[in-house]
Amino acid sequence: MMIKLEIRNLSFGYHSADILKDFSLTVSDGHIVSIVGPNGSGKSTLIKCIDRILTPRSGRVTVDHRNAGDMGRMELARRIAYIPQSSLRVFPNTVFDVVLMGRRPYLGWASGPANEESVWEILSLLDIEDIALRPFNELSGGQQQKVLIARALAQDTGVVLLDEPTSNLDVRHQMDVMDILRDLVKKRSLTVLIAIHDLNTAARYSDRIVMMKRGRIVVCGKPGDVMNERNLEEIYGIRSEVRFINNIPFVLPLGRVNQKQNR
Amino acid sequence: MRTASARGARVSRPRLTARTRSGKLKPMRVAHRRVMLGKVLFLLALVAILVVASGVIMTLGQVPMTVAQAYGAVLGRFWPSLCPAVDPLVAHVVWNIRLPLIVGAILSGSGLGLCGCVMQAVLKNPMASPFTLGISSGAHFGVSIAAVFGITILDGPYFLVGNAFVCALLCSGCIIALSMLKGTTSETLVLAGIAVSYLFQAANQLLTYVATDEQRTVMSFWGMGSLSDLNWNSALFIGTVSILCVLLLVSKAWDLNLMTVGDESAGSMGVKPAHIRLLIMVVSSFYVSTIVSFIGVIGFVGLIAPHIGRLVLGNDHRFLIPASAGIGAALLLVANALSMNLMHNVVVPAGIVMSIIGVPLFLYLVLKGKRKEYWA
Repeated sequence: MMIKLEIRNLSFGYHSADILKDFSLTVSDGHIVSIVGPNGSGKSTLIKCIDRILTPRSGRVTVDHRNAGDMGRMELARRIAYIPQSSLRVFPNTVFDVVLMGRRPYLGWASGPANEESVWEILSLLDIEDIALRPFNELSGGQQQKVLIARALAQDTGVVLLDEPTSNLDVRHQMDVMDILRDLVKKRSLTVLIAIHDLNTAARYSDRIVMMKRGRIVVCGKPGDVMNERNLEEIYGIRSEVRFINNIPFVLPLGRVNQKQNR
Repeated sequence: MRTASARGARVSRPRLTARTRSGKLKPMRVAHRRVMLGKVLFLLALVAILVVASGVIMTLGQVPMTVAQAYGAVLGRFWPSLCPAVDPLVAHVVWNIRLPLIVGAILSGSGLGLCGCVMQAVLKNPMASPFTLGISSGAHFGVSIAAVFGITILDGPYFLVGNAFVCALLCSGCIIALSMLKGTTSETLVLAGIAVSYLFQAANQLLTYVATDEQRTVMSFWGMGSLSDLNWNSALFIGTVSILCVLLLVSKAWDLNLMTVGDESAGSMGVKPAHIRLLIMVVSSFYVSTIVSFIGVIGFVGLIAPHIGRLVLGNDHRFLIPASAGIGAALLLVANALSMNLMHNVVVPAGIVMSIIGVPLFLYLVLKGKRKEYWA
């Protein structure tokens, strides 16, 4: 196992407000790391800073031991893929075309049979070959998420970043999408970083959980170690009970802690 | 049992091959190939339509001729041996009167359609048209200045063209510069475009208010758009600009595809969204300004041509860009022919005809179209 992604002292802010403060994290390959924390804690911002969609104020991100800040956009696109929380749905792109877009860092003007072939392979790997010619906009949330995962795979990167991949999905599709991700991480030894709200999904599927609050890591570790009542109270200000079923922690929220104390 | 399990082992990854066991391509891939072939055929059909329509339109007018004579006159210039018996009068009418108009209409229409297409993509807005960035009001302002104050940049027959061109560039330059202050997002471009357009429109209205009747006629006729001033020189000029701009815009087809899924996604796949948007806006503004300064305000074609293209072909800009150009060319060619021949001895401005035939066509396609996704 080797270090795939290294984040060192990353800070980001709009104008005066700091959103990320001195954030450091190291991720090995073949791991799923979930980032949890309340709204506004900087999860999405972190993901966007890693992929340089936002430019951090200071600090550095290293992918494959190379500074992401020194790479060109294309080079970065061959190393990190990003699946946004929502995508623009104004124009009628077909599923095949959406996935083919992921090949952009490798494409000339004509897509070429090799690139198209790899799209077909990815579509069949995710079992969505049958919807290849449907418009992306008409798909259900679960199908759209799969297509976006397919697009990230087409980018052929070692690192995949996901922003709230399950928040619009029913419980079955949540599991479907996360099973696919876990599968891919094993098969292709991907490194996956997920910003996620659902604590139980995070606990079940992650190798590591990073708990964030106000732009900082509060605690970081294996789900069984960090998913406990004390941490949840500190992060979210809630009372809860954590139960283990098959060694997986499950969070049962019970109520809010007095908010004044928490602040 | 044995054979069954052996076969089971062999087909354990059946989906990873392009072909089924019988050696045929899988149905989805066949369907995909058919779709791609359909797109190519559609583009070829557009070319055929343009050639046929040009032939028919060449026969319209005061000197009667057949379609065959018209084609003969065109080809006869290049291969005299091929068409030996070309009537000199027919050749003269075709080459000096009708063909420059047709070539000009095709060049202008394709340019407007193409610019509408790329602008809609980078502004992520299906309501964008070549005039979103105030090119029409800027150009109109240039014409008003020439008409009212007699201030012109070029002398001679192209004095209106020069003014329109410079003011259109000025106006869109203003808008692009303003939006760069805020990072060149599509929202700032659209909003700055609308705001600055209003400013130039107000200036126009002010000039209309103080103008004499004669001056006002020049200004309002220009605003209706007309192709009748096109000649070989202007066609050559538009053609040269077209070649440069088209090559540049078409080479960005993939980046345009990516822009339509949003800036962040596009960025994560290797495109610099603000950079591409700026480049596309600058090039297409220049391109549209060139066309508009020759033919006046015929903007509707730039809005609907990409939509018709998208309804037929989908959103792959490698096909959509040429399709929008072809559809725009066909629409403007037909609209211009109608405008010149619809009423005896009276030329209805092409911009008016364009809207009269274009609006119902557009609405029909929107309301009847099978693809509903981007109207929803």
